[in-house]
Amino acid sequence: MYVAVKGGERAIENAHRLLAEQRRGDPAVPELTLAQIENQLGLAVDRVMAEGSLYDRELAALAVRQAQGDLVEAVFLLRAFRTTLPRLAASRPVDTAAMRLRRRISAVFKDLPGGQVLGPTYDYTHRLLDFSLAQPTRADTPGPRRGAETAEPGTAAGHSPKVAELLAREGLIEPEVADDDAPVGDLTRDPLCFPAGRDLRLQALARGDEGFLLGLAYSTQRGYGKTHPFAGEIRMGAVAVEIVPEELGFAITVGEITLTECEMINQFKGSATEPAQFTRGYGLCFGQGERKAMAMALVDRALKGAALGEDSGGAPAADQEFVLMHADNVEAQGFVQHLKLPHHVDFQAELGLVRSLRAAASAGTEAEAEP
Amino acid sequence: MSAPEALLPDALLPDALLPDALLKVAALTHLYGRRVGCRDVGFALWPGEVMGVVGESGSGKTTLLHCLSGMLAPSAGTVHYRTRTEGWQDIHRLPEARRRLLMRTDWGIVHQNPRDGLRLGVSAGANIGERLLAGGVRHYGRVRAEAEAWLGEVEIDRARLDDLPSRFSGGMLQRLQIARNLVTRPRLIFMDEPTGGLDVSVQARLLDLLRGLVRDLGLAAVIVTHDLAVVRLLAHRLMVMKEGAVVESGLTDQVLDDPRHPYTQLLVASVLQG
Amino acid sequence: MTAAAPQPGLAGYNFAYLDEQTKRMIRRAILKAVAIPGYQVPFASREMPLSYGWGTGGVQLTAALIGPDDVLKVIDQGADDTTNAVSIRKFFATTTGVATTTRTAAATLIQTRHRIPETPLADGQIMVFQVPIPEPLRWLERREVESRRMHALEDYGVMYVKLYEDIVRHGKIATAYDYPVMVNQRYVMAPSPIPKFDNPKLDRSPALMLFGAGREKRIYALPPYTAVKSLDFEDHPFEVQSWSQACALCGATDSYLDEIITDDRGGRMFVCSDTDHCRQRTTAEGNSR
Repeated sequence: MYVAVKGGERAIENAHRLLAEQRRGDPAVPELTLAQIENQLGLAVDRVMAEGSLYDRELAALAVRQAQGDLVEAVFLLRAFRTTLPRLAASRPVDTAAMRLRRRISAVFKDLPGGQVLGPTYDYTHRLLDFSLAQPTRADTPGPRRGAETAEPGTAAGHSPKVAELLAREGLIEPEVADDDAPVGDLTRDPLCFPAGRDLRLQALARGDEGFLLGLAYSTQRGYGKTHPFAGEIRMGAVAVEIVPEELGFAITVGEITLTECEMINQFKGSATEPAQFTRGYGLCFGQGERKAMAMALVDRALKGAALGEDSGGAPAADQEFVLMHADNVEAQGFVQHLKLPHHVDFQAELGLVRSLRAAASAGTEAEAEP
Repeated sequence: MSAPEALLPDALLPDALLPDALLKVAALTHLYGRRVGCRDVGFALWPGEVMGVVGESGSGKTTLLHCLSGMLAPSAGTVHYRTRTEGWQDIHRLPEARRRLLMRTDWGIVHQNPRDGLRLGVSAGANIGERLLAGGVRHYGRVRAEAEAWLGEVEIDRARLDDLPSRFSGGMLQRLQIARNLVTRPRLIFMDEPTGGLDVSVQARLLDLLRGLVRDLGLAAVIVTHDLAVVRLLAHRLMVMKEGAVVESGLTDQVLDDPRHPYTQLLVASVLQG
Repeated sequence: MTAAAPQPGLAGYNFAYLDEQTKRMIRRAILKAVAIPGYQVPFASREMPLSYGWGTGGVQLTAALIGPDDVLKVIDQGADDTTNAVSIRKFFATTTGVATTTRTAAATLIQTRHRIPETPLADGQIMVFQVPIPEPLRWLERREVESRRMHALEDYGVMYVKLYEDIVRHGKIATAYDYPVMVNQRYVMAPSPIPKFDNPKLDRSPALMLFGAGREKRIYALPPYTAVKSLDFEDHPFEVQSWSQACALCGATDSYLDEIITDDRGGRMFVCSDTDHCRQRTTAEGNSR
């Protein structure tokens, strides 16, 4: 009788067993390999790496498999692993201008040094379900690529200048001077305090939930905040990661990671202290995550509004506390789902209160009704 | 000595001549970047005295009010206030905790838009009682009784004590805001266009009420307005502001009946025409 | 450096899961919290292998405090056998190998969600509370920048406005759990969602009370014997819940009761929420007979 929510240890163990069964599914169907997930569900792996803020395709693939494709759960798994890892070194800032480009587009110039590279994109596909893909036995090798524009990954190596820097030379866009020696905050090692600097804002956004940022970014385009963006440049490709070991004193390359970077260029009419010029919003994420990088750039720009003296009219995307405190899906999923935990002690307290208030109210009504 | 300002600008008076003053302002300046908010304003205010500040919008009178009332730190100059227990204090050098305490006990601030100075989500009684609660009164019945009494003082039906102010008319909201400020018996009130946005008949009633309260409670006040009728009725002395600076000051009747500065003459003339 | 000697716990992980650097960081935050009773100390909350909102703050506190000689008790809703309590107790049993207990008196460290045990706590015991929202002013002022300023300036008028308004609307202060308290006559503090029934147990408790909010990244504390006053008015004094029934199992009339629905025709029974307390009483009764 008195055990309703007190399932105890055996119930938990049974739940874990059922979960394992469900994860495996029909034993007659072959199990997915991590290599298959890494290769054929690569964009899922990329999103888990980006929001899990750990660049490891194999572990991300494992997380996707363990979470049965629930990407927020997979992000959580990767984060919980990440937090146990020792910090061996901090890398030097990566140089995205030296990216080996797989994709690079600009919406603000027809052509530009380094060229436009369309790369692998769903942009111009017609979203028709391709029933031929339902036949896994078919040897589906894509047709040969045509034209010079579709270069081998990496052949566009070298220096492709940033569109924003081209404008900066003319003084048309707010300067952003890199200060590689300035200390950079670490969201995962220090508590976030407000107002948060741009370093911490960008970290929070880079780890933030794509869906949340997408909705916020969209809201800025619909009038909740006025940022008037142009997609200055979106680039995706591989960059080298370098560290400077203390004992060597010079930089060595420790690996290569794929990044997606977006620089938005935004209208700014000037203020009492600043002349009219374009302003920037910046987005960056691990792997191939163009929608995320673009959304991040729009929200980054909205969050700069206060410093530029703009009146956001209370737009959510421009509200630092609102955005940064609610962007993390690991935090958000936990708190929303904690409502599943027993709350019967609080509820009993509320029940008692509501009963007493109702009793008081009906006593009052009766008293009034008496002649 | 009748009117000190007739002899010297107040700010230049030695402190010794101002022992009874309440507020003493010297060389008060606020700049927004290169733009001037207010410049080099100085005056003194005595208990029970009402100072009017007039000028068109953009003349710097609201900036001045914000600097005087501690809401905005000035770029230069000082604002001294004679506190009840600790003598003269430079309010912009007080720690924020002490300044806030002063603002919610010995001062009142009446905003042009009463919605800025009220909590619309809680009852009229709670609005009036807030300062008492913040000050440590922990007796519900006493707070409520005090709130009810002040509702009466500002001519709002006492039966509205538990009503939300969101249902109140503009004039009632303004009177509620005044009651909320007066409940701690402040000695100094700052008012920003207290009659702005009200109908003419409502304005008249509010001015009447204010005049009575100021007289009966011995309040000192600084009233910022573009409406010369307001200062004519309420202010003992007047400062006329233009482009951030005071261009003329003196007794209200003197300034309005015999304006010296061309800008004041223009102001007075435009009212007469209107 | 941690000792290389083999330790009890989970292979591949440090004792109590957290690395020693992180534990030191949390202990520093605890010391600060103890030094300023009721003040919310920001700390660099780590991602834990259980969900935010499910006790990550409490788990980090416990992990930073627990040693091989500790005896741990974990309760949720007052009970040792609720799923979340079982899960957290198992986490520490696996990662530390320390002894666990359900007996309040036998525990050195008690992690709790939503209750304080009925058995009075003793000198030397530590209570660790799991906290969802550490900021008592959150529902009155949602901006962290402003609410922290209000604490700094002891500007709590708006909190009393809320209590005043409750009495206007409901005739009484309509808060039944997470009832705000004044700590050491200085900081207003959220006691975590314990029923207000438990608030008096906070006042001058001989045990150290620690509060951890993992998602919100705050730690706060009540050192032993700290004065803790539930906010109220002189003419509407704070009072706790009471029941017209006794516990159906042990007959207690002075404990917090859970309401159990027994059928769909309005049948219900009331039993102690503190399962250890209830068991001690029924066992003692059986022995005395």
